[in-house]
Amino acid sequence: MHLHDVWFVLIAVLWTGYFFLEGFDFGIGILTKALARDRVERRVLINTIGPVWDGNEVWLISAGGATFAAFPEWYATLFSGFYLPLLMILICLIVRGVAFEYRAKRPDETWQRRWETAIFWTSLIPAVLWGVAFANIVHGVKIDKAGEYVGGFWDLINVYSVLGGLVTLTLFTFHGAVFASLKTLGDIRERARRFATGAGITAALCALAFLIWTQLDGGDAKSGATAAVAVLALLAALGANLLGREGWSFTLSGITIVATVATLFLTLFPDVMPSSLNDAWSLTVTNASSTPYTLKIMTWCAGIATPMVLLYQSWTYWVFRKRIGTQHIADSAAH
Amino acid sequence: MQLALDSVIVARWQFGITTVYHFLFIPLTISLAALTAGLQTAWVRTSKEKYLKATKFWGKLFLINIAMGVVTGIVQEFQFGMNWSTYSRFVGDVFGAPLAFEALIAFFFESTFIGLWIFGWDRLPRKIHLACIWMVSLGSILSAYFILAANSWMQHPVGYRYNKTTGRAELTDFWHVLTQNTTLVVVFHTLTAAFLTGAAFMMGIAAYHLARKKHVEVMRTSLRLALVTAVVAGLLTAVSGDRLGKVMFTQQPMKMAAAEALWDGQSPAPFSVFAYGDVAAGHNTVAIDIPGLLSFLAKDDFTSYVPGINDVNKAEQAKYGPGDYRPNIPTAYWGFRWMIGFGMTSFAVGLAGLWLTRRKLWLAPEHRTGDDEPPHLVLTKNRRLGPTLSRWYWRIGLLTMGFPLIANSWGWIFTETGRQPWVVYGLLKTTDAVSPTVSTGEVLTSLIVFTALYAILAVVEVKLMVKYVKAGPPELTEADLKSPTKIGGDDDDADRPMAFSY
Ligand code: HDD
Ligand code: HEM
Ligand code: HEM
Repeated sequence: MHLHDVWFVLIAVLWTGYFFLEGFDFGIGILTKALARDRVERRVLINTIGPVWDGNEVWLISAGGATFAAFPEWYATLFSGFYLPLLMILICLIVRGVAFEYRAKRPDETWQRRWETAIFWTSLIPAVLWGVAFANIVHGVKIDKAGEYVGGFWDLINVYSVLGGLVTLTLFTFHGAVFASLKTLGDIRERARRFATGAGITAALCALAFLIWTQLDGGDAKSGATAAVAVLALLAALGANLLGREGWSFTLSGITIVATVATLFLTLFPDVMPSSLNDAWSLTVTNASSTPYTLKIMTWCAGIATPMVLLYQSWTYWVFRKRIGTQHIADSAAH
Repeated sequence: MQLALDSVIVARWQFGITTVYHFLFIPLTISLAALTAGLQTAWVRTSKEKYLKATKFWGKLFLINIAMGVVTGIVQEFQFGMNWSTYSRFVGDVFGAPLAFEALIAFFFESTFIGLWIFGWDRLPRKIHLACIWMVSLGSILSAYFILAANSWMQHPVGYRYNKTTGRAELTDFWHVLTQNTTLVVVFHTLTAAFLTGAAFMMGIAAYHLARKKHVEVMRTSLRLALVTAVVAGLLTAVSGDRLGKVMFTQQPMKMAAAEALWDGQSPAPFSVFAYGDVAAGHNTVAIDIPGLLSFLAKDDFTSYVPGINDVNKAEQAKYGPGDYRPNIPTAYWGFRWMIGFGMTSFAVGLAGLWLTRRKLWLAPEHRTGDDEPPHLVLTKNRRLGPTLSRWYWRIGLLTMGFPLIANSWGWIFTETGRQPWVVYGLLKTTDAVSPTVSTGEVLTSLIVFTALYAILAVVEVKLMVKYVKAGPPELTEADLKSPTKIGGDDDDADRPMAFSY
């Protein structure tokens, strides 16, 4: 295996980590409007991800940084090409982070309500846009001979990419609802479970359509297998949720996300950004990658750092393993 | 004459605005993390409540600040690709590596342990909780190191080769990139400047409360910590700045000549105190100089030759072909002076404070004050500063608390604009670095959106800061003093409200 193939896999791993972790963060953000009945319940939800959302977001930053280092051409084309969607995502991530940190810092009602509205929208919009972006990457966009994206904003909006957006939206909402049922206590836990059923069925329908389309579009045996795993895991997650097996349900919804991202990357390989204008103009793992020397250094770094990150991030989840209920939310309003 | 708004100009404004904004929060993050960690260590070791109160108070301000550092950082990571795609293609092989290291090593560290620290008061035993804030501090310093290594490579490219067929820079020696003298000195200078920034911030707030005789015990301790930090960091900032100047005189003589508005080479070269000149004609019309000092800054002796702007411009034309290799001279000149002036003012305020509030040993007994009284400002052993002057000292402390932030911003503006027209010195010009397919309209949109958003957030953040600064340290509760014995929290208080919740 060539180092640039290794890096293709590592970048897939970083994105998978990002969608797995920030997936339920986004889901929780969406649930603050869709599920919570009052301010205290909203706070219960937000606090389930309180200690971890920042660490989860760094998976995105690492994916970005690693793409820059390992595949500069990919980084350059992707981020300059998808300029406006990316701008929207950045704005959402900025407002969202500030909203988490500042929401409880003042007691007044209006202040808190505004930040809550912000949390909802800034979780929902990126949840859709990431799906749109990845559907476009996999499907291919207008890339010219020089490797530059020459399409416009509207070229990125098509049936397939919108479907991709719906998949990430519904999948993350489901994943978040399952996470909520795993991390909360009392009434909200029950409702989260019931909500997850609805969200899961919607997600299953969207994912099925999207994965079949992807498979017909450019899949092979391997991506077919992962797509099947994704759908089966999703159905199993739904079943586990109905049976009240929250831990299993969360593991399985996680597997769904992992398998979905794997399907996308398997379909992509060996391209990193296929051109819809001419196959010869596609960016591939070979023509977009850095030199072997850089890749070697990066491999050392990622090989040591990533397991350590997994270790201490898992430890964080263990430290905050206790469920949260309304009784744990101090009513002294401001902190 | 170019169009007033070409995409290069807009992209440069955008990068300048977002980065200067990001860097308003970074120095405070770096220094407050370490200072808070120091205070918490004092609490863990002595169990004195004033240290815990101080930890909670400064910790809160630190968190309000770091939140902004984090969210504005994401933009930094992505805008290279968005606005500077040609640059990204050109440097990715070299520049991407430290950036990725930063994310994989430093940011993960920082962001994970900050979560543990914020929410961990009632979930982690005392010492483990303390270790978390130290990890955050370490993470912030590591992230500064890696990003500065990347930036230093743009200032002074080393450890690479230029590949003619691909037209790209390729990494050949990563170790050299991480340890070249530019990197090391810049890291030293930036970190010491960061500590000066945090110290001035702490000094100002402590002065505010002490002048009102409020929260005296905590603020007295904080003041002392701040004053000592300001003096040590200020001194080291000057030393490292001097080293950095010498490095720059050899690596980017144009930048330093511009910083001095030295048009023609001289030996010995004077240090300019004030200059007003004609950029087009290439000379100063008004100049006040200190003879020989610039030679000293550049080469450690008072007589050496220092090349001027016109000389370097000619040399670079000979080397790189026709063109104007001069950066914006007034910006470099004044940026350099504002950096030194604003920053060193805080150092001076700190030095004065350290003397005026010194401890028992050098004070007559009647001037010694207890832990719960504001310190007397004492000039000589027996002579107190008059009440008006005392009031003014506290006021100056408060008024200058943001000075190092101004110094930092100007330092960077000087560093980055002084490198123009290069984005990677000697290799890639800024005008050749932008994204070819992104329209001016798009860049302008993002420029406007970011600027507006950042302006709103600045108002929100400053208001919050002021609110919490005025409120002062919190009263401690029973729960604050009782740390859990088990990781994850003790079982007997399973239904107790969280010590901290969003
Ligand atoms: C509190 C802030 C502060 C203070 C008091 C000083 N500096 Fe500074 N300076 C910075 C904050 C700073 C900075 C913002 O952190 C910079 C920008 C880039 C860098 O490495 O540090 C900087 C850059 C910078 C550069 C340009 C380096 C480059 O182009 O890479 C030089 C030559 C100096 N400084 C020299 C000095 C000298 C001789 C000082 C004398 C006392 C001084 N600085 C005080
Ligand atoms: C250490 C990481 C940094 C990197 C990699 C970096 C990189 C860059 C790049 C790529 C540009 C755009 C091209 C150009 O105009 O030359 C730029 C410009 C600029 N940067 Fe930096 N920068 C860094 C740190 C900073 C910081 C911390 C500040 C300020 C606080 C800053 C201030 C500016 C300004 C004001 C410009 C505009 C200069 C001009 O266009 O004339 N930079 N920098
Ligand atoms: C222009 C180049 C820069 C880039 C690409 C960049 C990138 C980032 C990113 C992505 C974050 C957020 C990390 C998180 O979510 O936890 C961040 C925060 C931070 N950056 Fe920057 N940054 C730049 C300039 C600088 C400079 C010049 C310094 C220091 C000298 C610096 C030091 C830090 C620190 C200490 C944080 C702390 C906040 C945190 O991560 O929790 N950055 N930066």
